[in-house]
Amino acid sequence: MSGRVRLLQGNEACVEGALRAGLKFYAGYPITPSTEIAELLAERLPKAGGVFIQMEDEIGSIAAVIGASLAGLKSMTATSGPGFSLMQENIGYAAMAEVPCVIVNVQRMGPSTGLPTSPAQGDVMQARWGCHGDHPVVVLCPSSVEETFHLTISAFDISEALRIPVILLSDEVIAHMRERVVLPEGDIPVRSRPRPTVPPEEYLPYDSSFGDVPPMASFGDGYRFHVTGLSHDESGFPVGPGKTTGCLMKRLLGKVESRRKDLVNLSEEYTDDAEILVFSYGSPARSALRAVRLAREEGIKAGFLKTSTLWPFPSEELAERARKARFIIVPEMNSGQIRGEVERSLRWDIPVIPVGRLDGELMTPSEVLSAIREAAGRV
Amino acid sequence: MSKFLSYFRVKHLPHIWCPGCGHGTVVGALVRAIDKVGLKKEKTVIVSGIGCSSRAPGYLDFDTLHTTHGRALAFATGVKLSRPELNVIVITGDGDLAAIGGNHLIHAARRNIDITTVCFNNSIYGMTSGQYSPLTPLGSYATTSPYGSLDRPFDLSALVAAAGAPYVGRATTYHVTLLIDLIAEALTIKGFSFVEAITQCPTYFGRKNKMGDAVRMLDYFKENSVNVKALDRLPPEERENKIVIGRLMKKEAPEYAESYLDLVDRLRSQGGDGR
Repeated sequence: MSGRVRLLQGNEACVEGALRAGLKFYAGYPITPSTEIAELLAERLPKAGGVFIQMEDEIGSIAAVIGASLAGLKSMTATSGPGFSLMQENIGYAAMAEVPCVIVNVQRMGPSTGLPTSPAQGDVMQARWGCHGDHPVVVLCPSSVEETFHLTISAFDISEALRIPVILLSDEVIAHMRERVVLPEGDIPVRSRPRPTVPPEEYLPYDSSFGDVPPMASFGDGYRFHVTGLSHDESGFPVGPGKTTGCLMKRLLGKVESRRKDLVNLSEEYTDDAEILVFSYGSPARSALRAVRLAREEGIKAGFLKTSTLWPFPSEELAERARKARFIIVPEMNSGQIRGEVERSLRWDIPVIPVGRLDGELMTPSEVLSAIREAAGRV
Repeated sequence: MSKFLSYFRVKHLPHIWCPGCGHGTVVGALVRAIDKVGLKKEKTVIVSGIGCSSRAPGYLDFDTLHTTHGRALAFATGVKLSRPELNVIVITGDGDLAAIGGNHLIHAARRNIDITTVCFNNSIYGMTSGQYSPLTPLGSYATTSPYGSLDRPFDLSALVAAAGAPYVGRATTYHVTLLIDLIAEALTIKGFSFVEAITQCPTYFGRKNKMGDAVRMLDYFKENSVNVKALDRLPPEERENKIVIGRLMKKEAPEYAESYLDLVDRLRSQGGDGR
């Protein structure tokens, strides 16, 4: 692909991607290791006619982002662990009221204040289940600076097309490392939220007769509609328990479930004859690939699988590729949050070997390689 | 048919409020103020949080946004900055605004963003059946202050003025004409304007504190209020425990959304689209 070659940090690539996707509103609160995103957008957005605001906290940040999106702007916030915890309630609001928005969480070691400048992947379950109640969400997970650029654009694309919050789950390694990036020239297609085609007096903000993603008007355009986090009918007004609420929840969850195959984004190498499969995501994927290559040099039939879409989880695709595998190794900078998901996907048929890190240090190739060697000894 | 009915989503009435509740009076005053200053329905967004008063936007025929508890001002900030040409009004209650939303309140006032906030202050959490709020008077009874509240209340209007709001007013549901005038004036202010509407909750606050029915509570507002213009004439010992009503603050201050647009214009006239 032709394009401009740049040396960028992950957080910088996120900003480049967001602006290319049409970001027009950013609200955020300073927090390491995501702050560069806010700093860069504070400089760039006003020049591009967009809005940057530093809010009083992360709760206010996500709230302002949702308000801006309802007023018609592509909107985003960025944060890290503690701030992500504070945002959960309003992420649920965006899911319930179907307001497109992008939330970047640059993971750092936790819980609590933890290690503010050190990497971790402890938020992968929180990204899926952090707010109360069943809700649809898509979580994308970059493992390089260039992928951060592309996945940020995808985050806007999916968020707008499905009217859901999309979380870009980066980590401190990817956010702060610098790499060669090719920024493609020309337009990158990004879908926009469907717009109403009926006159205002006929408009229903949650009308599912147009499909499972209802057309979305903007405040101030004359449609005079109501938005609430309460359970609601197609007119947007509150309803009680029963069929209408059941149908609403089914449609909300179905928006992601029915598109699971389109959302899955797997990369693989050496998987054809792999007996030992390394399944990874985020920055440990880099070490995983290196370890697999080193193992191949040693004659071990190791394979590499990486998912860039963490949620929805690629269960079927993983099971399909693991059919010949004798062992699955899952390196992750947490206590094994995705390991359980892998085991569930494989119905506990294949032994899963976790390689975890909880000390705030990044995952190294040698750690993954020793797990591969150990597994090879058992094949 | 009253011309004010055109501001309501009539098919969503009747409202959910209890008999004798003052919230309908405040909504009536808001609608009359909107009519008085001539705000267009298509260009006005009403935002609320969670609680009894925050249900009001559902009955009003505008773009309406019923948000999460305490966060109305933060959502409204996003709306206003995205579409500065829109009139943005926040409807909120004493628990929603002064407790869980207190941080957003002082920062919206500090920024001086052009939002009119009407706080329905009934001194109680009504939606959850009568717990004390940060505006419940000292010693008052509530389900969570069975021995009388030990929490000192805020003077919310004074707090908002101190945080930098250029316009602050207070009235009660007894002083409806004043309430309409204050909200109307607030709507014309370019900046953060705040009106505290003292309203009766006979069901939870009145009953617990043996204040009688709604009419008796309105009598209480009448007998215990003093206009800020007449305050000087009262001896200091009589000023205590009075509800001070009227326009409490009016001053000029640069408005946030306008300042932001000026910045955008300045940067764009200097050229460059980002780098």
